[in-house]
Amino acid sequence: METLTEKMPLAANDAALDRLISQRIDALFDQRLEAKLAELKAAKTPAMTIIATKGTLDWGYPPFILASTAAALGWDVSIFFTFYGLELLKKDLKKLKVSPLGNPAMPMKMPMGPAWFKSIQWNIPNAVQSLIPAYEAFATKMMKKTIKKSGVADLAELRSLCIEAGVNLIACQMTVDLFGYKHSDFIPEVKDYVGAATFLPMAKDADVSLFI
Amino acid sequence: MNFDKELDARGLSCPLPILKTKKSLNELTSGQVLKVVATDPGSVKDMQAFANQTGNPLLSTAEENKTYVFYLKKK
Repeated sequence: METLTEKMPLAANDAALDRLISQRIDALFDQRLEAKLAELKAAKTPAMTIIATKGTLDWGYPPFILASTAAALGWDVSIFFTFYGLELLKKDLKKLKVSPLGNPAMPMKMPMGPAWFKSIQWNIPNAVQSLIPAYEAFATKMMKKTIKKSGVADLAELRSLCIEAGVNLIACQMTVDLFGYKHSDFIPEVKDYVGAATFLPMAKDADVSLFI
Repeated sequence: MNFDKELDARGLSCPLPILKTKKSLNELTSGQVLKVVATDPGSVKDMQAFANQTGNPLLSTAEENKTYVFYLKKK
């Protein structure tokens, strides 16, 4: 009986001490972790991966604009071109077209003339668009004119800027086979012809991953 | 303000002023100042974001008759 009562306060002291130590360690750990994470974040070069799947003149812009800008910010950038996106890697980009047909959001406006004329929205029904010969060629020509007039970069120029800035251009080999293309159809700057299994691990480690 | 190089980005749209700014900065040495003249209204916010991201301080931004003048210091 005597010994037990003597031991009781000691045991209580130990437990209190343990609690304090563990509280202190937890606090220190949180602090250190926060500092370490901030340090790692600051030291890491941001990375972006883009999947480019569209091959029209209008859809060619987003991947190249975002990639060149990210590269200018000092990011590591890779674009994976698959399906119709492969068109953006062809040697000649002048063949890319834009189609207002089935694209109800596309404003149909004239790039020339006085302001009141340029602001007219030319609503032409799909049925009519599809019947006019060379309607797509005409719309493409108008779009190119508008692009030039607004000081927006030419698509080939944007692509060159991407290449110059070290953006990795990666092509989907499966699509190359599917559409019967040859590697010689594409610009020599294509870094690699690979499959989804090569692209996905890159996307996993990227901070930004976009599907366009 | 004194500057070591001037970039004329007038008439260019996003993202060209930023891309050309980056290229021009590459030609400067640390501490030198780049003057950029642009007409793209979007470049005001974009130039600030570019400076923050890349660590090249934006010394000043001014607007006159829809023309924007930026001074960037190479880090």
